[in-house]
Amino acid sequence: MKSPQYTREIPQRYRLEAQKCKQCGKIHFPPRLICDACQSRDFEDVHLAGKGRVLTWTVIHVAPAKFDLEAPYVIAIVEMEEGVRLTCQVVDCNPEELALNAPVEMVFRRIQEDGQADIIQYGHKAVLQRE
Amino acid sequence: MRDVYVLGIGMTRFGELWASSFRDLFVEAALEAIGDAETDRLDSMYIGCMSGGLFVGQEHIGALMADYLGRAPIPATRVESACASGGAAVRLAYLEVASGASEIVLASGVEKMTDGADVTAALATAADQEYEVYHGVTFPGLYALMARAHMFKYGTTREQLAQVAVKNHYHGTMNPNAQYPFEITVEQVLASSMVADPLRLLDCSPVTDGAAAVILASEEIAKKAQAHPLVRIAASAQASGALALHDRDDITYLDTVAKASQLAYQQARITPEKVDVTEVHDCFTIAELCVMEALDYTEPGKAANLVEAGETRIGGRMPINTSGGLKAKGHPVGASGVAQIAEITAQLRGEAGDRQVAEARIGLAQNMGGTGASCTVHILEGLA
Ligand SMILES: [Zn+2]
Repeated sequence: MKSPQYTREIPQRYRLEAQKCKQCGKIHFPPRLICDACQSRDFEDVHLAGKGRVLTWTVIHVAPAKFDLEAPYVIAIVEMEEGVRLTCQVVDCNPEELALNAPVEMVFRRIQEDGQADIIQYGHKAVLQRE
Repeated sequence: MRDVYVLGIGMTRFGELWASSFRDLFVEAALEAIGDAETDRLDSMYIGCMSGGLFVGQEHIGALMADYLGRAPIPATRVESACASGGAAVRLAYLEVASGASEIVLASGVEKMTDGADVTAALATAADQEYEVYHGVTFPGLYALMARAHMFKYGTTREQLAQVAVKNHYHGTMNPNAQYPFEITVEQVLASSMVADPLRLLDCSPVTDGAAAVILASEEIAKKAQAHPLVRIAASAQASGALALHDRDDITYLDTVAKASQLAYQQARITPEKVDVTEVHDCFTIAELCVMEALDYTEPGKAANLVEAGETRIGGRMPINTSGGLKAKGHPVGASGVAQIAEITAQLRGEAGDRQVAEARIGLAQNMGGTGASCTVHILEGLA
């Protein structure tokens, strides 16, 4: 990802900054300019607490060039406690440990590098919460 | 709005066509459609193409193709809606004739995918770059997320997914234009290499070069044509939804397919049971099941039972993807939606050869982009 685009999204990538619609209460991640549920443009900032559960997952065996050395790796759709969903990697686990609704916690990790500029780009991945 | 008819159809063979260039593929399909329509007149043209820029470094595709077809100065516009680019091109051509603005319009689709581009990265541009692809997800990966969710929710099995590919390959054996005109077995699907668990190589449509074209015309012109039985476009509908799969209310349910098909059934004044032959966007095996459910061909979670029972094979109650589908015919992404219209038209004319569905009168073509964020549905009626 090119650096202007990456830099613009640092609040979401580093801090999971989201927004809540003041009219209907829907939480958006990433933030939007207009609520798709009620068309309101009035929002307040919220931070996602970083806890959620796995709704579905896959193990990527054939990866894009940038992620080739990491394959196989797990990608999941995670539903956060606040109700929003996101797509991310699940790391530090065997795929066999994953289960429907498995609780996860978001951790700050390196995601990829911009090939030409060698800029290391960060974001969140999920880890299983083991009781 | 006035009635619109399919006057001509054409397509190249689908496959790894190293000897053909991007522009030649388009011209070959367009000339075949013009020949099939037995007309010299063309008022304008639309070209569905997902990513000439990433696959062959070529944009500004409308004028290029009009020039090489020898039809400049007629208006020519490239249409992009990821893998639904072809369906969207057909829809725009339909609207242009239906509105009365033009009498004869060409709708086409073309993609040249095997010239050495990073195909995985190019296809991934149909997903949310910033919030899906950034984290390393691929297109097979997104459909794998759908497949596992479908397995959890409905108990769909790995074998049932494989049966979709087996059926489409069987149909592909009867299509001389198919990329993979040979049969496969459930065992072969289950033994093929893992791409994105639970999806394996033989669950995935291939990387393909190819083009398809159809000529749409007003009633006045269609009724003068003698070459083929008449085929009328009874409905053309389109819907949009969340680009990111994770933003859908139900990951297993393609709500744009449901919306577009409901609009199309209303416009055609039919119910789903009236459809005799269907082409769906089976980019992955799970997609065919999810599309059948969203088209209301059966209840959510029940599509696999119909496939298992042979109902969707030629000779079954509701034949699906008689062309071989994207899986066996091939999937030149921008062309697939147009090739579906060509297949349905051939079926309704009674010109589908070995794969002809007996007494097919109403056909439906469903084309989608990304993980279903764009969907077009066309319903055609044969007046033979
Ligand atoms: Zn709202």
